[in-house]
Amino acid sequence: MILEVTGLRVEFPSRHGNLVALDGVSFSIAPGEVLGVVGESGAGKSVTGLAVIGLLDPPGRIAGGEIRLEGRRIDDLGPEALRRLRGRRIGMVFQDPLTSLNPLYTIGRQLEETILAHLYVSRPESRKRAISLLGETGIPAPEERLHHFPHQFSGGMRQRVVIALALAAEPSLVIADEPTTALDVSIQAQIIALLRRIARTRGTAVMLITHDMGVIAETADRVAVMYAGRLVEIGAVREVLHSPRHPYTAGLMGSIPKIGASRKHKLVQIDGAMPRLGAIPAGCAFHPRCTSRLPRCSAERPELLDAGSTLAACWLHVPDAGRV
Amino acid sequence: MTLLELDGVTRDFDVSRRWLNRLLEGEPRRLLRAVDGVSFSLERGETLALVGESGSGKSTLARLIAGLYRPTQGRIAFHGKRVQMIFQDPYASLNPRWRVREIVAEPIRVLFRRSTAETCSKVGELLLQVGLSPEDGEKYPHQFSGGQRQRISIARALAGEPDLLICDEPTSALDVSVQAQILNLMSELQRRLSLTYLFISHNLAVVSQVADRVGVLYLGRLVELASASELFTRPRHPYTRMLMDAVPDIEISGRARTPVAGEVPNPLAPPSGCAFHPRCPYAYDRCVAERPPSLDRVACHAIEEGRIS
Amino acid sequence: MFLKRAWDHELAWHFRRSPVAIAAALLTLACVGAALLAPWIAPQDPFNVAVLDLNEAFLPPAWLPGGKAAFLLGSDNQGRDILSTILYGARISLGVGLASVALALVLGVSAGLAAGYLGGRTDALIMRIADVQLSFPAILIALLVDGVARVALPASSQDRIAIPVLVLSIGFAGWVQYARAVRGSTLVERQKEYVQAARVIGRSPLAIMAEHVLPNVLGPVLVIATIHIATAIITEATLSFLGVGVPATQPSLGTLIRVGNEFLYSGEWWITVFPGAALVVLVLSVNLVGDWLRDALNPRLR
Repeated sequence: MILEVTGLRVEFPSRHGNLVALDGVSFSIAPGEVLGVVGESGAGKSVTGLAVIGLLDPPGRIAGGEIRLEGRRIDDLGPEALRRLRGRRIGMVFQDPLTSLNPLYTIGRQLEETILAHLYVSRPESRKRAISLLGETGIPAPEERLHHFPHQFSGGMRQRVVIALALAAEPSLVIADEPTTALDVSIQAQIIALLRRIARTRGTAVMLITHDMGVIAETADRVAVMYAGRLVEIGAVREVLHSPRHPYTAGLMGSIPKIGASRKHKLVQIDGAMPRLGAIPAGCAFHPRCTSRLPRCSAERPELLDAGSTLAACWLHVPDAGRV
Repeated sequence: MTLLELDGVTRDFDVSRRWLNRLLEGEPRRLLRAVDGVSFSLERGETLALVGESGSGKSTLARLIAGLYRPTQGRIAFHGKRVQMIFQDPYASLNPRWRVREIVAEPIRVLFRRSTAETCSKVGELLLQVGLSPEDGEKYPHQFSGGQRQRISIARALAGEPDLLICDEPTSALDVSVQAQILNLMSELQRRLSLTYLFISHNLAVVSQVADRVGVLYLGRLVELASASELFTRPRHPYTRMLMDAVPDIEISGRARTPVAGEVPNPLAPPSGCAFHPRCPYAYDRCVAERPPSLDRVACHAIEEGRIS
Repeated sequence: MFLKRAWDHELAWHFRRSPVAIAAALLTLACVGAALLAPWIAPQDPFNVAVLDLNEAFLPPAWLPGGKAAFLLGSDNQGRDILSTILYGARISLGVGLASVALALVLGVSAGLAAGYLGGRTDALIMRIADVQLSFPAILIALLVDGVARVALPASSQDRIAIPVLVLSIGFAGWVQYARAVRGSTLVERQKEYVQAARVIGRSPLAIMAEHVLPNVLGPVLVIATIHIATAIITEATLSFLGVGVPATQPSLGTLIRVGNEFLYSGEWWITVFPGAALVVLVLSVNLVGDWLRDALNPRLR
């Protein structure tokens, strides 16, 4: 496994009390695998990514659990060690490609400096690598593009440059936080294909954070569904999307409009809204909105358990759970 | 019965530098043609959706019909009394300093001049209709979630008793489960109040959920207009096909897809002839030279000549 | 109910946590209270010629040899009690400060709203006037307005209208900053969809500016205004010190400092030093409240 996260808990102390942003989140990503982390706003998917690379905004802090990268613990590292880890072992792709690049330098300079900072190679070698990275991420005429500034690239091309930059130090893990959200639909498909190809050819583990089930369906091998700071379901993408075992995942899938579905057919609707961090219900966090809840759901929090094809945190899949 | 007719509607925006800069730097005036010769009509009670990517002019078109802009050329004929509009960003579309009841009451106050008691009960009724409670009227917008704010927006629009409701990406800022709530609410309201919707979106799947007819916009031009069932089962214009291909395969059915090439060109310098020709797999000389006319609901030389069906 | 809500408000929470803000607010309140209540708390009415006694002129403060208990801070050349003249003077200074800032606020906010919302030629015209005015120091503008008013009005009424002219000149000198700030935030607000929604309903530009945009752009400007009250008080004092401000029959703090200045070198320092100290305290406390308000309303500094 490249990345192993077990029982991760993240807290944000505030004047309204201690807000638990992540609670008992566990997952792992294998080499060459794309794990999709999906959830609606407030589910904690971005916080998960930030916790892994150690970029939580203070006063946010990791309050429990552990994060291992290639077997080594990284959640207890100091700021200097974390800084070296970022870029070298973990690459990051953010939503807005414009703010991820320095507008004052050519992309060639940004790429070469990243390569020189992390790898022991000569300057000509770093240039050669920069060119091949741009080529690999699908940028035409990479030798010439090296001398261009970020604003001279279109949105889709800029996101390719950001991906090249994230790959520059040959990291074993790439975290992509909503990499396609700011892009047009026709460009989204291109970036999705690129991310997938990189995982396959380089053996890089990819953690793909998104709210878009479509992106997950196209890119991910496995998918983790988050709700109110907890993991509610995790499994192979086909299983989770086709036969979700957790009622929240099922509701989420049903609420997505699909081309070709009959218009007479109403969309599945999950009533209510995601709870705020300060007011997460007791027991299963989803129980107030759940149509198939049991008495036990409001009292006791379910763990992630084998629910047939996937792992789901739901009492419905525990025999005799109806009895309290 | 026809409610709205557009005939060759065009809108230019002046994006030149300031007068002094132009004078000093010898730069000419620069015009951006956001909407270019769009014609269609809308029947009472139907939902027409306009789809397109960024720069397609769909939001400008919505604002032209809402009367926020005047067309540079062409004619917009509206045969109803009032147009109302629902906006994309639920965080910017409600005045943060106003109570919800004041927000919803504004159209009633301005358009109908009812008594305070009448207005008050009407506001309560409207809030109930969109799934909120009359007591919510005392709160301020920041006390609501994105989905609830969009409900308030809908209540405000309904308060104006519109013949035509323009919905500009009403759900694209919302989470999917909230989007489903709003889309269901909108179709329920349409059934109950026999509303006419003009629905603007970039999301084909959302459009397929709500639309009776669909118009596809590319760089300010209407490239295809067809009934929803026809368009989604048999897209004709190469751009429509490309958009359909770009829709993620959420079912993981493994359907064959042609990867989409290229990006939307800069609208300040649109390509000659057919604006789509640089990205079109069927383009040839005539597409570069000549703008295709809208024939049989689609504007494409290749279709006109029978080279593609 | 209202008090409870005010107490729980975000601002109140910041306020309770800032000792400087609390001290400044108390000091400001004390200054304003003392100035407002001058006719009741002052030991003497310094403008009632009947009670003045030239035998009591140039008395030093009470604690110095020759001082009298009735004249705590001493008396001036006409036998007026310094403490009383300060209290009455602060009233005029504060009044002129508040009125001129209010005038600048009304002028500036209207101009900024019109420029930002209407755009085009209106915008260009208003902002060019602002640019031109900004290239002169504020005090020069105030002197100019004051000079024009003095020439244009008959000499007999000059003392009577001195204070309104002063308010007008200080207010007119200060509108540009408000106009610029309001124009900037109006440009942002008018793009927002709630303004477009109001346009779709068919509201007039005036109604949209007043009901929708104004409440959303006013916050930052009110902070500038608080700080400007202090500046306006100083401008008034400067003008009065230069002799073009309020007449000696109705002295403000600035007038008192000017009058007292003549006696500084003959040893009667208290006639000018105590009004000066009062001015410093007044300006400082108003400034501190303004600074705190600016920081508390600025989310980036929290």
